[in-house]
Amino acid sequence: MTAHGPFSPRDWDAHPPYVYPDYKSTGLRGPTQPLIPLEQTLSELTGPVYGRESVGELDHDLTRNARVNGEPLGERIVVAGRVLDEDGKAVPNTLIEVWQANAAGRYIHKSDRHDAPLDPNFRGSGRCVTDAEGRYKLCSVKPGAYPWGNHPNAWRPNHIHFSLFGPSFVTRLVTQMYFPGDPLLELDPIYLGAGEGARELLVSKFDLEVTEADFALGYRFDIVLRGRNATPAQE
Amino acid sequence: MKLKQSPSQTVGPYFAYCLTPEQYGYDFRAIAGSQLADEHAEGERIRIVGRVLDGAGNAVDDAMVEIWQADAKGRYAHPADPRGSNLAFRGFGRTGTGTDPESRFVFDTIKPGSVEAQAPHITLCVMARGMLSHAFTRLYFSDESEANAADAVLATVPEARRGTLIAAREDTQAGTVYRFDVHLQGAAETVFFDA
Repeated sequence: MTAHGPFSPRDWDAHPPYVYPDYKSTGLRGPTQPLIPLEQTLSELTGPVYGRESVGELDHDLTRNARVNGEPLGERIVVAGRVLDEDGKAVPNTLIEVWQANAAGRYIHKSDRHDAPLDPNFRGSGRCVTDAEGRYKLCSVKPGAYPWGNHPNAWRPNHIHFSLFGPSFVTRLVTQMYFPGDPLLELDPIYLGAGEGARELLVSKFDLEVTEADFALGYRFDIVLRGRNATPAQE
Repeated sequence: MKLKQSPSQTVGPYFAYCLTPEQYGYDFRAIAGSQLADEHAEGERIRIVGRVLDGAGNAVDDAMVEIWQADAKGRYAHPADPRGSNLAFRGFGRTGTGTDPESRFVFDTIKPGSVEAQAPHITLCVMARGMLSHAFTRLYFSDESEANAADAVLATVPEARRGTLIAAREDTQAGTVYRFDVHLQGAAETVFFDA
């Protein structure tokens, strides 16, 4: 194993398949041909580097980074955790980008037509960088659930979108964080598309240690990216 | 004991105000965009234009495309490149297909040099609502037929499908344009890699 050796493959028992019929729009958008295996070259062992300099002072705090005339409405939350690789090693100095609906379940995105109010003091996007131990911490309000058109009376569970780079372009991951005890999870084809035994990793845990007294409920959410191959590079 | 990988989830339709905010007019600084090279960047200036097409042949207007590439000398701005990083050219671009009237993605960049004796290429990562996992592909250049013929990665692709990875060069008055459509499905489905 070398510091810059190849990465372990994507675990397709964990990741959702491209075509998952219960999630209707995968039907025309998911590739159907088998993926071609690619022996990793320098093009795969490298990737964009975004460190602390890419994050603004309030980027990590969604309750403050878009205020106009007051605080955003909703239940304040702190989300904290670690980014690790499959061997449990910390992934330091990696950029995390997050976005979410507001407390009413409405996205600021122009094409969200859900009839729920926008919040003038909440945009719902932010970012942070992991520290040397892979830790990160974000502050926000708990996103609301919202309806979508996948099937009659379909509702997305409360969730926050996460985008991560990791040490190379092949460790790229875009995922979603859910909340514990949400009854919508068992009805959600996006959540259920991920493999059993892996999708549970996407459900954050309520954590009194992360909770800040008299201020915000805390949720712990660790993220596991691809690790390095155990076998040494052939060269 | 190995930990289980966190599963991928779709980027969804509403990524723009976080991932491509400036392009879509949201008040949030973008970390990357569609312009990879400024006037000082060394190398041949090129434009990459394409669409992401679904199985019905319709252009997807809520996809996000990211590109990762070497500089004109084939060097990556990353510590794993033994020749040293080239921080003047980051080599990363990101754009959504939701602001162009024809749902195209457009990148202004430079043509990458050859990396480790491979034919010049750019790595693409495609995401969209309706894609639960992202898809990796590679863009090669139509005017590099000799290098393409000797490329070890292209050689692993069935010959009939290799053409899906070759961007077609057009020399226009505005400069060099490479056309590269990504077909998510269909007879011309783009080759995607398990990289």
